[in-house]
Amino acid sequence: MSAVASVPAASVADEASRARLAAVVEMALAEARRLGASQSEVAVNVSQGLSVTVRLGEVETLEHTRDKGIGVTVYFGTRSGSASSTDLTEPAVRETVRAACSIAKFTAEDDCAGLAERARLATRFPDLGLHHPWNPATDEAIEMARACEDAARGLDARISNSEGGSLSTQEAIEVYGNSHGFLAGTAGTRHSLSVSVIAQVAGAMQRDYWYSLARNARDLQAAEDIGHIAAHRTVRRLGARQLSTRECPVLFEAPLAGSLLSHLVGAVRGGSLYRRTSFLLDSLGQQVFAPGIRIHEQPYLVGAIGSAAYDSEGVATTPRDLVRDGVLQGYVLDSYSGRKLAMPSTGNAGGVHNLTLDPGPYDLAGLLKLMGTGLLVTELIGFGVNAVTGDYSRGAAGFWVEGGEVQYPVEEITIAGNLKEMYRAIIGVGNDVDTRGNLRTGSILIERMTVAGN
Amino acid sequence: MSDEQALVMARRTLLEPAGLGERELERLFGQVMHAQVDHADAYFQYSRHESWSLEEGIVKSGSYNIEAGVGVRAVSGEKTGFAYSDEIALPALLEAGTTARAIARAGAAVSVPVAWRAAPTRALYVPDDPLASLADADKVRLLERVEQAARAMDSRVKQVMASLAAVHEVVLIARSDGQMTGDVRPLVRLSVTVIVERDGRRESGSSGGGGRVTYGHFSDEVALGFAREAVRQALVNLDAGDAPAGSMPVVLGPGWPGILLHEAIGHGLEGDFNRKGTSAFAGRIGERVAAPGITVVDDGTLPNRRGSLSVDDEGTPTQRTVLIEDGFLRGYMQDQMNARLMGVAPTGNGRRESYAHMPYPRMTNTYMLAGDRNPAEIIASVDRGLYAVNFGGGQVDITSGKFVFSAAEAYLIERGRVTRPIKGATLIGNGPDVLTRVSMIGNDLQLDPGVGTCGKEGQSVPVGVGQPTLRIDALTVGGTQS
Repeated sequence: MSAVASVPAASVADEASRARLAAVVEMALAEARRLGASQSEVAVNVSQGLSVTVRLGEVETLEHTRDKGIGVTVYFGTRSGSASSTDLTEPAVRETVRAACSIAKFTAEDDCAGLAERARLATRFPDLGLHHPWNPATDEAIEMARACEDAARGLDARISNSEGGSLSTQEAIEVYGNSHGFLAGTAGTRHSLSVSVIAQVAGAMQRDYWYSLARNARDLQAAEDIGHIAAHRTVRRLGARQLSTRECPVLFEAPLAGSLLSHLVGAVRGGSLYRRTSFLLDSLGQQVFAPGIRIHEQPYLVGAIGSAAYDSEGVATTPRDLVRDGVLQGYVLDSYSGRKLAMPSTGNAGGVHNLTLDPGPYDLAGLLKLMGTGLLVTELIGFGVNAVTGDYSRGAAGFWVEGGEVQYPVEEITIAGNLKEMYRAIIGVGNDVDTRGNLRTGSILIERMTVAGN
Repeated sequence: MSDEQALVMARRTLLEPAGLGERELERLFGQVMHAQVDHADAYFQYSRHESWSLEEGIVKSGSYNIEAGVGVRAVSGEKTGFAYSDEIALPALLEAGTTARAIARAGAAVSVPVAWRAAPTRALYVPDDPLASLADADKVRLLERVEQAARAMDSRVKQVMASLAAVHEVVLIARSDGQMTGDVRPLVRLSVTVIVERDGRRESGSSGGGGRVTYGHFSDEVALGFAREAVRQALVNLDAGDAPAGSMPVVLGPGWPGILLHEAIGHGLEGDFNRKGTSAFAGRIGERVAAPGITVVDDGTLPNRRGSLSVDDEGTPTQRTVLIEDGFLRGYMQDQMNARLMGVAPTGNGRRESYAHMPYPRMTNTYMLAGDRNPAEIIASVDRGLYAVNFGGGQVDITSGKFVFSAAEAYLIERGRVTRPIKGATLIGNGPDVLTRVSMIGNDLQLDPGVGTCGKEGQSVPVGVGQPTLRIDALTVGGTQS
């Protein structure tokens, strides 16, 4: 193994760094004003990180990352232009602003263009517990990745190969300012530990993985636990067969049930609505989901991946219900799409914040019992979702279930339906909530879909 | 442009402004190379990117991006150390070198060659800056003409979204073995999506294309052709019925449906997965993996194509690599590191998204050679099945071999005739045996129009695909009608 003495890197998100980035933002805003822009906004970010992969017990990759960038949007009345660069030196920043201004000469007048309304900009900046620098020594990072892989490889003799255990850590800061006088910076960290292994029986291979992701390294799942879960998930797929074509209930396991929320966000985003490219047009106040379903945003969850006090235009975020008792309560809007729809921004420039489907009373075993006979889906592949019609058809792998018990693994099948019908056909939500990402939900049981196989 | 000119241009763009020359590169490699390090390289990149987008009849936004930096890599056996800097300057370069070499235990310093040499390459595209190949006002007018053409075709067209993008990239690859290579890479793309509406039903259609060319590629004929194609496809989908579910014969049209090859076999034949034994194709060279008559190649040397490169991102000239020959597995796609570890020659498939990413074996233009069947005869051979002519994306699990690709325009074949359009559906199969079920190969090989982007290890690179019309005797179609 390598013996590497790593010097803990200085934080890129300390007060001095924040002040430097703020000065770059101010300089760019001043340059835009000087060049005649009526409004402008600037975001500057810096990040650094370390990523190590250990495969079959040996270090495979050791990667140091350090990125920076500036993004500028200028408005000349209702014309806009944008430019970005990886160079934060003064001449490069001036050049970037000039490039944005040059583009604005050619774009069209657009009545809805412009900064967010001043009154909606955030004024409170609570500490959301997003920034926990770690700086592990390289050897420590390698040991964690190795422990995770060792645990996975040691669990079961059928684990025959590995894609490696990985540890990665990243610290980032972004400072955003606009010509309304808004200026704020947010620092955050993300640390992850993961492993992917391969099991083999009779020449057939299966692969699966598990990961933990946290703002604070102390909240990472233990390396051994991650390894054991990954190994268990892999070996249980051995001996998978195809199903015959049928209609049956489908249970989406929590780690991939978030994809159903992601399709919802895509459909109620302002951009999809004003362009009329959504399968949920004019659905405000309508029964989009089964009764009892609540889906809400939680921007102020301390330490969560999707927490933010303001969005990427500086608009204050608010906890709110997107769906209550199955009825759609609002859209996902930034300032521009809000103006297009004659509605205020919902503080979602750049996306939603910890969108959460409230858990139901069941654990996964309880949902399997509720389903009785049907398909438990643990992997989805492909992009077979039509955003305009809601038609859904994706590759899947998982387990056939009878009498509430897993019978055997299945693969090379597809599941198909239409999202509008699937959302209304949710008959159970688990309390096995996956809180690693920005879309938080337990497993989701859908009453009926078409499974295609042989 | 000769390779020498590309290198001169790359040195002028990337090294000279930073005061970097051969002596500084020797200092870098002198620091990185030790007894335990097999190979090291530095990848310098300067790229400019622009995009213009139109919707609701007007060009609302445009953006311009500059990216510059250098990535330094040290390879020791199966280990890779990598660091990069978005500043091209000697101190940052040396710091990246120090970090990258930490992958290997300290060992005796080894001398680095001082005889710098250029790699033999041939230029497959013009070095011209595509961003400067059309006035900004004309870029806007081009998008407006595309929009007007789409709307003029049919009153059911309710929304047109069109975008125009270009990249001009200058790269220089310096290696510890003394090879220095430059490449200047243009890339343009025009995309059109339309929404049509009839009696409250809405459907979409998309088209587009491009390549390693300048904006001159988008003549009115080409650009308006994309608009017509997007509208045609959307109107077909307005009449589409529910797709069938289950296993059935599938006829794939020529061109872009070649993403079948990219997903079903291409990724599984990348060298890294085979060296590690994680691919369903590992250890199968020489075995039959496709029906007789099937030959599949990966060819990075096609002039002006989106997936082509004069040299790959490790300085290896690209080539035409036979992957499957008359049904037998012949070779893998290799980068430097995996070729060395497997004891074979690199194939010019070492690619990376940018200086901030490590290279991996990646595809270029992957396609199947033509057979001798008339496409009409292939369709006529199917009693009941699917005829799929256009696709969205695809994905593969290289370990289990299962792959999907999703049809965006498809029809039912009944008693040898194409009868009615059906909604898009995902097709799923098993990579190592899907090509053994190909029973007819058309004489109509086409390459895609230049729209493909491939993702691996979180990195995106432009690629091409192609194939003739194909009949696959059984493939699972993921519709809703069981």
